[in-house]
Amino acid sequence: MIETDLLIIGAGPTGLFTVFEAGLLKMKCHLIDSLPQPGGQLAEIYPKKPIYDIPGYPVVMAGELVDNLMEQIKPFNPGFTLGESAVTIEKCEDDSFIVTTDKGTQHKAPSVAVAGGLGVFTPRKPPIENLPAFEDKGVDYIVRDPEKFRDKRVVISGGGDSALDWTVFLADVASEVSLVHRRTSFRGHLDTVDKVQELAQQGKVKLITNAEVVDVHGTDQLSQVTIKQKGADDLLIDCDHWLPLFGLTPTLGPIADWGLEIEKNAIVVDNATDYRSNIEGIYAIGDVNTYPGKLKLILCGFHEATIMVQSAFKRAFPDKKLSFKYTTVMGGVGSLE
Amino acid sequence: MSDITVHIIDREGVQHDIAAPTDMNLNLMEVCKAHELPVKGTCGGMAMCASCHCYIESDHELNEASEDEEDMLDQAFFVEDNSRLGCQIFMKEELDGLTVRLAEESE
Repeated sequence: MIETDLLIIGAGPTGLFTVFEAGLLKMKCHLIDSLPQPGGQLAEIYPKKPIYDIPGYPVVMAGELVDNLMEQIKPFNPGFTLGESAVTIEKCEDDSFIVTTDKGTQHKAPSVAVAGGLGVFTPRKPPIENLPAFEDKGVDYIVRDPEKFRDKRVVISGGGDSALDWTVFLADVASEVSLVHRRTSFRGHLDTVDKVQELAQQGKVKLITNAEVVDVHGTDQLSQVTIKQKGADDLLIDCDHWLPLFGLTPTLGPIADWGLEIEKNAIVVDNATDYRSNIEGIYAIGDVNTYPGKLKLILCGFHEATIMVQSAFKRAFPDKKLSFKYTTVMGGVGSLE
Repeated sequence: MSDITVHIIDREGVQHDIAAPTDMNLNLMEVCKAHELPVKGTCGGMAMCASCHCYIESDHELNEASEDEEDMLDQAFFVEDNSRLGCQIFMKEELDGLTVRLAEESE
């Protein structure tokens, strides 16, 4: 069991900066994130995008901001559980919490700060009504074991890297591969795009462009998909598998079932005090929370984190007196014990 | 500069007639969010998610979709010829009377 003073769920900019502010109060932090790298949206969605509203930086690349935050919290030596998502929380007799991830890793802390942003990144699912019935029964959003598709008829949807990569790979594994894409052009790496075109010319891949899968059929297992093609009649294709590969999108996920008050996909907090949720000892900061006048900005997350840790300190060290110190007075954080 | 009116049809089919200022460089996603219409705007208007996917229902002349926008529409569903990302449509006088319908959300 990993034990810490403050457990932070989400290693985006708000979660990372929380480590700094908690560190000034000599609290140890541990972060959990479903992504394999820290940085949240900034690292996953837009590392190369410029951000203009960080005080003191006229412009900073999202990826660079994450690197800087990691540098800033280094002296406090935070722990990380990456590539795992927080699934359950239970309250212990000593008033602390145990948070368990989808891979079974357990974390114990007197306070939990949910800095989960927009949530856990999960595959984007097409809004087809009976799709859930075929999940793991022919429909997969992630390829875990390509051998599963050996000698099967596979339909792949999407126009990006993962759709193209798996089309190329499965062309040699599956008995039949059809790639369905909305447009005639693809946005993947050029050599992969060329390879797919080449495979199509050789007849190893069936390319269905200006089209999308709009329905799925089967009794127990998937057996057919309906493809709508621009300017043509709907097409029914017999298949054993359909892989809709449309990238990742964040959803609140299991946190929604923790008994926290949720409004519009966000955790309701008290912004007049310390960003506490309706459960004592659980706080929510950054994009994941909501309160009257809430703005989803990185700098607001930083502020919320700073206020929140003062309260979390009292839970971690009820007998210690909190005295606020300015970093300028201490001559930098490196001088902390 | 005066406001323009945009007509936004939500996912329940209800039309909202909204007055939008043209002097703030607002995009349609921001207009929707300001009026509490169910548009997430996950990426903050960078054409990097498709949560503001909508259909243009009137025949207004719009700026052409950029390659980034087209790439992102590839990750949306039920994309039609009149599909656009709301965050790439900026409020200006020529768009007075624009009618859009919010596309179904994917989860």
